[in-house]
Amino acid sequence: MLDTPPKFPHLPAAPGVGYKPQHFGDITTDARPVEWLEIHAENYMGNGGRPLAQLRHLAENFAFSVHGVGLSIGGELPLDRAHLARLKHLCDWLQPASFSEHLAWSTHDAHFLNDLLPLPYTDATLTRVADHIDQVQDVLGRQMLLENPSSYLAFDESTYAETDFLDEVAKRTGCGLLLDVNNIFVSATNLKLDPHDYVDAFALHRVGEIHLGGHDEDEDDHGAPLLIDSHGREVADPVWALLDYTLERSGPRPLLVEWDANVPDWPVLADEATRAANALQKVAA
Amino acid sequence: MSVTQTKFHTALLDPDQPVPLGLSDGQGQPAGSRFAVYRNNVASSLTEALEISFPVIAKLIGAENFKAISGLFLRQHPPKVPMLSQYGDDMPAFLAGFKPLEHIKYLADTARLEQAMRVSYHAADAAPIDAHDLQALTPEDMATARFTFAPSALLVRSPWPIHGIWTFNMQDGAPKPPATAQSVLVLRPEFDPDLHLLSEPAAICMLALMAGETLSNANDAALNDDPEFDLATLLGLLLAHGAITQLKSGDTA
Repeated sequence: MLDTPPKFPHLPAAPGVGYKPQHFGDITTDARPVEWLEIHAENYMGNGGRPLAQLRHLAENFAFSVHGVGLSIGGELPLDRAHLARLKHLCDWLQPASFSEHLAWSTHDAHFLNDLLPLPYTDATLTRVADHIDQVQDVLGRQMLLENPSSYLAFDESTYAETDFLDEVAKRTGCGLLLDVNNIFVSATNLKLDPHDYVDAFALHRVGEIHLGGHDEDEDDHGAPLLIDSHGREVADPVWALLDYTLERSGPRPLLVEWDANVPDWPVLADEATRAANALQKVAA
Repeated sequence: MSVTQTKFHTALLDPDQPVPLGLSDGQGQPAGSRFAVYRNNVASSLTEALEISFPVIAKLIGAENFKAISGLFLRQHPPKVPMLSQYGDDMPAFLAGFKPLEHIKYLADTARLEQAMRVSYHAADAAPIDAHDLQALTPEDMATARFTFAPSALLVRSPWPIHGIWTFNMQDGAPKPPATAQSVLVLRPEFDPDLHLLSEPAAICMLALMAGETLSNANDAALNDDPEFDLATLLGLLLAHGAITQLKSGDTA
């Protein structure tokens, strides 16, 4: 563990991108307009080699967000202590400006399923999620952000709206929230809700980071639109519009473009980041 | 009715299971094919991870067969830890026991080689010794020297020509694999593991050194296999690729 204070204690209210190793050269040459980077924690838990070497190099010049995709905070079973220890190790040496995870589960019965799976919103799941977040924040010694999911279905047993559930978790644990605007659009389309109502009901004062990403279009059994949160293309125009609506109400926030599948050359990703910068510019004080 | 994670998990990994009751489209219709989004995400993301780790296996049996086998594998051996860089450890054993492909006898060992490269890529960094450290030893200390190797240095021995199979499938213009047993030493001088074909006596020597034998004993074992064995060539390879990280000499224990 380092005794020196973190070089970048906060994410700037500026564009960031999900870091991909193939962009290392471009980013070290000229990252503009990107000011910060996000990594998936689980890709940097090896013992050495290129992934960690790149990270050490980039951390000299960029604020980092560590985004976990495997902690299974919404899981019915106790958190994996070994995995939590790996997260702590990563956060201790990298000293990221932010740590975030998902309102989802991914591990059950000692199987890691590598997807963000949904949970019902009930008193029982609220207590469990809050207990897990208390444990995470306690072990990591820092506040975390919790991200709203993309939904493809709903649970009959749910008794909370997702926005109320997230707000209540944050109230009980003191965690912040990560608002994924593409996830709002995907969930609202899939469950036939109004995405603006979702933004209006969301505890925007708790938002420490905003995500944007591309989605794919499909249909369900009845021919209804079914959007898939694929992160494999440009951010869709209605999602940019929903971002504007959100930023007008939240004010500027650290704004991340995620592109995880069919990863494009750097200039394409940088163009998306420029569009994000322009959206932030419109609400700059 | 509560959709427990046990129910969800079971239906997720077995497409023949019905979609759990209690899931809807948010408008009162059963979730139906919406559940398949999660099934597809799980299967396609894990298959993709296996394609990245085992490109030569995918070439040997064809992309479609590889996808089909990955589908079976991931249901029998889902990841045990949330780190995909470690996924696929069970693949060589799975292939070895997979009846429909048992006629491709070199498949499991080729998978072992690909797995060794993946392990090497993520292995801990370790500072190598300098060639001078070895050259400075007296002949007596040299004879009793024992080495520690970088965690990224891995030996794969096979009765099949796994080096030839790997290069033939991954490098343009590489010759067809010879019909012979091959031993391959995976070394990672900086970030990219590379493969070194070892002669049989060199592999015997390396195996002994990795087991902690003295240089003298390891050399004797190799000479016993082939009186022409040249220890200096093997040491030169190891030093040039930064594979030796510690040198202990002077004790005969």
